[in-house]
Amino acid sequence: MIHVNTNYCKGCLLCVEYCPKKVYVKSEKLSKKGVFPPEVKFPENCIRCHLCELMCPDFAIIVEDKNDK
Amino acid sequence: MLPTIFCTGCGIGSVMNFSLRAIHDLNIDMNKTVFVSGIGCSSRVPGYIYSDGLHSLHGRAIPYATGVKLANPELKVIVFTGDGDCGAIGGNHFLHAIRRNVDITVISINNFIYGMTGGQVAPTTPLKSKTTTTPYGNIEYPIDLSMMAKVIGAPYVARWTTAHPVQCISSIKKALQKTGFSFVEVLSPCPTSYGRLNKMGTTLDMTKHFKESTINIKIYEKMLAEGKTTDKMVIGELVDIEKEDFNTKYNKFCGELK
Repeated sequence: MIHVNTNYCKGCLLCVEYCPKKVYVKSEKLSKKGVFPPEVKFPENCIRCHLCELMCPDFAIIVEDKNDK
Repeated sequence: MLPTIFCTGCGIGSVMNFSLRAIHDLNIDMNKTVFVSGIGCSSRVPGYIYSDGLHSLHGRAIPYATGVKLANPELKVIVFTGDGDCGAIGGNHFLHAIRRNVDITVISINNFIYGMTGGQVAPTTPLKSKTTTTPYGNIEYPIDLSMMAKVIGAPYVARWTTAHPVQCISSIKKALQKTGFSFVEVLSPCPTSYGRLNKMGTTLDMTKHFKESTINIKIYEKMLAEGKTTDKMVIGELVDIEKEDFNTKYNKFCGELK
């Protein structure tokens, strides 16, 4: 499960660029903060490498492992 | 506190992310950790961390950190500093903390410019770069903070960019475990001040540029052996040696006097 906190996101789109499996796309809707946040379009492709979590400068993404609850 | 105060795509958030992950992986006790910073964008970082922090004068983060470490050697002291804070205003303090070999970890976030005050020329600004105070290009030669630390004799020096998250985390971990002065320099994009004036595009273009304009030290050493040179910036673990730190030497010295 991938959580994107759109209140924290500033729309730098590093996650869209650096995801090796291209799970994210740029959203077409503006968020409350006035930016285009990433949208989790293909969650089934995610391999839990946590690179988006690492690259995010704004702590907006949390990737849950399957074991975590 | 969140979202952070930093601009869109600023690398300081990433460096904070890397440092916190390194601290979490090492299970460092936050009650015995002090974060020290000077003035600048990078020095906002301790404000977001639930731990003891010290927001000191411009360039004087390292003297404060030295004082904290000498007063209570049990504490782990981590300094967040920028390139202007560490290389220009606090340049002398930086040199002498390395000379003394105080047991602190300095994480320097290098964005090539004075970002917070509006984009003036910094000591690390590359040649020909445009800033608000050098609108026709910079003519001063930049200093290389990591090489400076290496020459004076720091026991651990590493340099990475924000485009190398995994390597950067492992370097910060090693730096935190090292006894003695450990220095980690992270090249970070500043799309608002540096990128805008030099037409480098968004943070995505800047991180790509970092990947292209840097070379790992292992590849660089092979190239040197073959007699080739390159203009690219060398990244990687530059120094990793063992050296007695100031506190140990001081305690030994006191023991000898008795």
